[in-house]
Amino acid sequence: MIAPTSPFAERHRMLETVSAWVLALLWLLPLLYALWTAFHPAAFATRFTLDAPPTLQNFVNAWQAAPFPRYFLNTFLLVTMILAAQLVLATLAAYAFARFTFRGSNVMFMLVLLQLMVMPDILIVENYQTMNLLGLRDTILSIGLPYFASAFGIFLLRQTFKTVPRELDEAATVEGASAWQILMQVYVPLARPIYIAFGLVSVSTHWNNFLWPLIVTNSVESRPLTVGLQVFSSTDQGVDWSIITAATLMTSAPLLLAFLLFQRQFVQSFMRAGIR
Amino acid sequence: MKRLPSSVLPWLLLSPAMVLLIAFTHYPALATLWHSFFSTPKGARPAVFVGLENYRLMVDDPVFWQALCNNLWFALGTIPLAIALAILMALWVNEKLAGRGVLRLAYFTPTVLPMIAVANIWLFFYTPQYGLLEQITGALGLPSHNWLGNPQTVLGALMVVAVWKEAGFFMIFYLAALQQISPVLAEAAALEGASRWQYFWRVQFPLLMPTTLFVLINALINAFRLVDHIVVMTKGGPDNASSLLLYYIYEVGFAFWDSSYAAALTVVLLALLGLIALVKFRVLDRRTHYQ
Repeated sequence: MIAPTSPFAERHRMLETVSAWVLALLWLLPLLYALWTAFHPAAFATRFTLDAPPTLQNFVNAWQAAPFPRYFLNTFLLVTMILAAQLVLATLAAYAFARFTFRGSNVMFMLVLLQLMVMPDILIVENYQTMNLLGLRDTILSIGLPYFASAFGIFLLRQTFKTVPRELDEAATVEGASAWQILMQVYVPLARPIYIAFGLVSVSTHWNNFLWPLIVTNSVESRPLTVGLQVFSSTDQGVDWSIITAATLMTSAPLLLAFLLFQRQFVQSFMRAGIR
Repeated sequence: MKRLPSSVLPWLLLSPAMVLLIAFTHYPALATLWHSFFSTPKGARPAVFVGLENYRLMVDDPVFWQALCNNLWFALGTIPLAIALAILMALWVNEKLAGRGVLRLAYFTPTVLPMIAVANIWLFFYTPQYGLLEQITGALGLPSHNWLGNPQTVLGALMVVAVWKEAGFFMIFYLAALQQISPVLAEAAALEGASRWQYFWRVQFPLLMPTTLFVLINALINAFRLVDHIVVMTKGGPDNASSLLLYYIYEVGFAFWDSSYAAALTVVLLALLGLIALVKFRVLDRRTHYQ
């Protein structure tokens, strides 16, 4: 038995536990339903009997019906590219804000923060024109480019860098370290947990991003998984829900698996990233 | 600054990020405003200055008003419910109920999944005759209902999806805040004979207020920013009954290819987000006074 931790009367504990579990079941229901449908033949898609034979055929069919390997590759390239660019750019900018006093730094910082409200997500019309102009439309680069400079990342790292004791910085300067060496050997290692938190949030955000890639891509070579899944399930599959559900689970599987394996880090990262 | 006398260095560090920010956030925001005063170039016809014509069109456009109203109802319908559920979940998970690890996992999982995948699953869930919901209501002897095909219920059906997706995300923030509350407070309240209910409303809830404000702002932004599920589940239909502002912008900009009218619509969305930002900064200011 778990020791009671609440000092209050335990009268309602049973009731609370039951309600919590009912809500949890309700929350998992759509997912369990999807799992059932994906792992059983179409005839059992909505018939729940114990003798339904489990099968992987739906996944095989989905995999063969659309260029999913290519979509996986595209999404992988996309999130890697975005994360790498964000980490480099945000580190440099955050370092400038945290450790240098220069004219206009406040104005610049306000301009950065503006992106927390005016996200590229809603500036689709103009950004599409820009990509057209740059001749980048329908490339993986064009999906990622608007997200390379992340106000969120800059803000998060600036706050972290500001907590690094000045003495460390000054000691390194006295020993003749350059600004670059100080950044790489003092600041970056100390901010490691924040980098991990930001990385997890960034990867899951861009893995899931949909509207902008839907607009800016129109070929198999550049489409990420989310758009590929939408193209696959909206073009007439004869509405075979078993296959669509299998494809849906397949596209979310890597994130879901990563989440199940690193649950604690995920939760903490989202927490850390949100609290600021 | 004697550590680094160069005043060029910070600008060098800043410039790559700044260039991209300006190119894909500041410039498009201003260009949107600028282009909203012009007509859409068509074929050989270049864009001409039309002043407020696009806005006049907007005022007379019933679809715009419907999308805006839908969006407000969507925010009003999802946010309080999602926040209430998030608090409940956080209280339960925080309380070391049996199997709290599994509970937390169950609540949080929808957050990790792509909205588009989630939308596909729910689309199936809502399918008339065939879907799980119909089977349940059918077993209970209720009449069949096309939840996504009926203008009366479509927005509500989409709200359920949004609440399901977001509550677990908000729970995380409440969980973090609850863990900051000293257990001494609960003991003191219990000694004074307070009930659990009183302890929540008099102690925990007020202490969670900063978190609630933070979550509220985020939820508001999300309500205007996320339309993935609309694309997958309803395409704004039936009869625009589930169109949200950003979805309408997408439709006007990339289905009707009327980029200047889409720009005018985007200006409205930007103004709304600006309003939220204003409230946010005022609220956050007050919050720092508190601490």
